[in-house]
Amino acid sequence: MLEIRFHGRGGQGAVTSAELMAQTAVGMGKYAQAFPSFGPERRGAPVTAFLRISDQPIRVREKIYEPDVVIVLDPTVMSVTKVDAGLKKEGVLIINTSHPVETVRRQFNFTQKIATIDAMAIALEILKVPITNTVMLGAFSKVLGQATPDDVRGPFTHRFGSALGPKNLAAFEKAYAEAKMEG
Amino acid sequence: MATKPIGLEVSIAVAEAVKLCDVDVVAAYPITPQTHIVEHLSELVADGELNASYVPVESEHSAMSSCIGSSATGARTFTATSSQGLALMNEMIYIAPTLRTPIVLAIANRALSAPINIWNDHSDIMSVRDAGWIAVFAENGQEALDLTIMSFRIGEHPEVLLPVSLNIDGFTLSHFIEPIIMPEKSEVDAFLPPFKTDLKLDTQKPLSIGLLAGPETYTEIRKATDDILVRSKKYIKEVFAEFGKAFGRPYNVVETYRHEDAEIILLTMGSISETAMTSVDELREAGQKVGLVRIRLWRPFPVEELKEALGQAKIVAVVDRHLVMGATDGPVSFEIKSLFYGAPKAPKVFNFILGLGGRDVRRADFKEIVQRCAELDKVGQKSFEIVGVYE
Repeated sequence: MLEIRFHGRGGQGAVTSAELMAQTAVGMGKYAQAFPSFGPERRGAPVTAFLRISDQPIRVREKIYEPDVVIVLDPTVMSVTKVDAGLKKEGVLIINTSHPVETVRRQFNFTQKIATIDAMAIALEILKVPITNTVMLGAFSKVLGQATPDDVRGPFTHRFGSALGPKNLAAFEKAYAEAKMEG
Repeated sequence: MATKPIGLEVSIAVAEAVKLCDVDVVAAYPITPQTHIVEHLSELVADGELNASYVPVESEHSAMSSCIGSSATGARTFTATSSQGLALMNEMIYIAPTLRTPIVLAIANRALSAPINIWNDHSDIMSVRDAGWIAVFAENGQEALDLTIMSFRIGEHPEVLLPVSLNIDGFTLSHFIEPIIMPEKSEVDAFLPPFKTDLKLDTQKPLSIGLLAGPETYTEIRKATDDILVRSKKYIKEVFAEFGKAFGRPYNVVETYRHEDAEIILLTMGSISETAMTSVDELREAGQKVGLVRIRLWRPFPVEELKEALGQAKIVAVVDRHLVMGATDGPVSFEIKSLFYGAPKAPKVFNFILGLGGRDVRRADFKEIVQRCAELDKVGQKSFEIVGVYE
């Protein structure tokens, strides 16, 4: 079972990310579960969302305390939230940042593997809005080998409709092509 | 038969199930965490996908009043609520069973105030425990959907005609996206016939319901309602069995997991049961004889089934999600203790309360309970213990 925790800010689509990835995984014949860290949700406030993907039925509903993967949709949350809390030693951080990996690692003392993507630049270029969720899913899917652009096409179209669906798919594809694990 | 799951939010699955059941009237007032259910239903009605009257009432008291009125005319009726909304419905909740109105009420279970809290526990449903409703608890999204369909069939059964509350843990179930198999409309149509009853308000055959009953008849009418509720278990079991045959997913009023040779049995209700099952697996791997029994049917209370499921255990650890103020036990624990009172060979019953107001229920909590049971076995337990409380 792969356990993933998303960190973002209200309005950036952290919850939607978890949801879309769960729907993609279920569409691929896997078991998946997505849920937000429920609370009074305010635009701009730090939010967390959770995702489990497994080949077996998932029989646990507790929050994710020791994730395999942490996805940071907004680099500014790293200053107010310890995003790597509980992250497994062999775990992975996927971070939206325009800075080099080493700068981020030094600033926050991350010890696990890191993949970075300038998701904000891609979002502004393709979607024209600062919403990084589908871009980050592209990076995640590439780095973890979880899904291809073909796998997400259905869920994206269902969620975003015929106008925004293709744009989000293009954003996903760009991140899918560019994202790479450090080292 | 539909077999391929889709990733769906449980609230939406419940609303879609209500649509598949061709409901006639939905009267509801939004309240977190139930809101997605009725929001989605109002969209389905507005978009013309569901041919029903959606009554956006001004309060939950009015929601249940409208539901009773609509159900009394023979219309298939649905509503949903949570927490304070159910509390505000309370006056009307007690009226529905004796008027024999088979309303289906989804409760996205949430803590009662104060302090104000929007998260999950079972204090709302326990506040209407004695009202005469059939009450079922869902463990996961598939069950929430399946039980929605079965609830109409059970409530509208000519030998039952009682309202049904479908309990779905708020957020930890209602807001989860998970794999759910959505049945075909034709499958639901074959399973759930249209609601037909002679006991209804009809201008062609006028009758009055809900009249004053004096001391000479009140007792008998209340007893009749209780008799029907107790007797309904037989029909509930029949509907569960038929659903299993039609949809390939079997249901029982009490479910068991690795309980046969278990020395300690965890007893749970609702969505924490899945987490508890995983705990049982982990404890078994560590060599401990632990099992799980889960109550799906809370009212009428499945006395015989629970006696059979729990009778062989050395210890039963009853997990409650509601604190009964000023008493020694949670609501489920009281039932289990009275079940075995005076029995020659009875398990020891210990009571644990956890997951109040949305506090996360983890695998580790069940392990802690099992460990504590071994200690309590030697010294006994005077009253409930709250798992993980800061004192």
